[in-house]
Amino acid sequence: MPDLDKDYDVIIIGGGPAGLSAGIYAARDRLKTVLVEMGMVGGQIANAERVDNYPGYPDGVGGVELGELMHAQAMKYGLETLMDEVTGVELREGRKVVKTAGGELSARALIIASGSERQKLNVSGEDRFTGRGVSFCATCDAAFFVDKTVAVVGGGNAAITEALHLTKFASRVIVIHRRDQLRATRIMQERAFANRKIEFLWNAVVDEVLGDDFVRSLRLRRLTTDDHFSLDVDGVFVSIGFRPNTRFLKNFVSVDAAGAIITNNRMETGLSGVFAAGDIRHESVRQVIAAAGDGAIAAIRAEEYIAGHD
Amino acid sequence: MSKPVAVTQDNFDKVVLKSDKPVLVDFWAEWCGPCRMVAPIVDELAGEYEGKIDFAKVNVDENQKIAAQYSIMSIPTLMIFKEGKPQSNIVGFRPKSELKRSLDEVLG
Repeated sequence: MPDLDKDYDVIIIGGGPAGLSAGIYAARDRLKTVLVEMGMVGGQIANAERVDNYPGYPDGVGGVELGELMHAQAMKYGLETLMDEVTGVELREGRKVVKTAGGELSARALIIASGSERQKLNVSGEDRFTGRGVSFCATCDAAFFVDKTVAVVGGGNAAITEALHLTKFASRVIVIHRRDQLRATRIMQERAFANRKIEFLWNAVVDEVLGDDFVRSLRLRRLTTDDHFSLDVDGVFVSIGFRPNTRFLKNFVSVDAAGAIITNNRMETGLSGVFAAGDIRHESVRQVIAAAGDGAIAAIRAEEYIAGHD
Repeated sequence: MSKPVAVTQDNFDKVVLKSDKPVLVDFWAEWCGPCRMVAPIVDELAGEYEGKIDFAKVNVDENQKIAAQYSIMSIPTLMIFKEGKPQSNIVGFRPKSELKRSLDEVLG
């Protein structure tokens, strides 16, 4: 258990690849480091059945497993982990104070790596039918849609990965995308186009989720003509991107219009001794390896900052 | 410290529906990452609410009948049962403080 009375050198908020990599570097550098995570470590990769593009794993690695391995590596060097929810951050006499549901922690340097969460559609029926046909995690919920018709909303890598996974269970998978081509990488597109269970609805958006006790249909709008039409589905998987988890920061550091933290290439925010890493950063490419790289840079710069202020 | 009990089709009735205390049931599966994220929180809550609320886990893969009976279509789902009836239905990962609010509400 982290020692609440003692002050830390570094506090890391968030236990995804960015936070865990920062933890490996900081703890290995003999900095007294605590990582605060509100659930189990892993972050968004816990939602990935398999990660195929992290170097060193030619056959891929399970998302949950990769998170656990990174955590084990950081723990080996003395990283402390606290399972708690961060409610606020402030500066007090140059120290960085992190408020949690369970108390307060303080440190000389702070690394914010709290990542992102799924963007919702924000349409009528979405909340009402969440858990009743609306899903944000295909790896979790695909098995409930055996021989059913499902829609996937989105055209990026996450959406196409989910569509492909769903074809193992559902009889029909309809990808609804607002543009006339996918954003997903070539290899993902090739797999999707080759899969007979996957159909595409281009230039269309969801305006409403309809049903009784469960989802029964979607009200769609074709962007090219602005006309509405209906599509019968048993489920809809939302994969239209991510939103940075920066609400607890309020106005602590500068963020862009989407709420992502603005840093320089040293991972420094505008506040001295406060760093950001991973998906939470402005224009993040949202890849495990990039998050890990950010985390390493943030920890190295944090160490330099602490050494310079001794 | 008490731990959540693994419940199956055979003892769901006895452990959950006939319990004299409210029961939080964690519907989960091995393949579900967010379920693994929720698990340590549920474990902690089981300790904190010991004697007031019982905690159970249903593996939906091995107990599809129960999952179907309660129309589970998304996991993790945490369902709080009181006197044999679901009172509260929490879908997806939620921070501990939010789960505590739901539990406190059921305790009234």
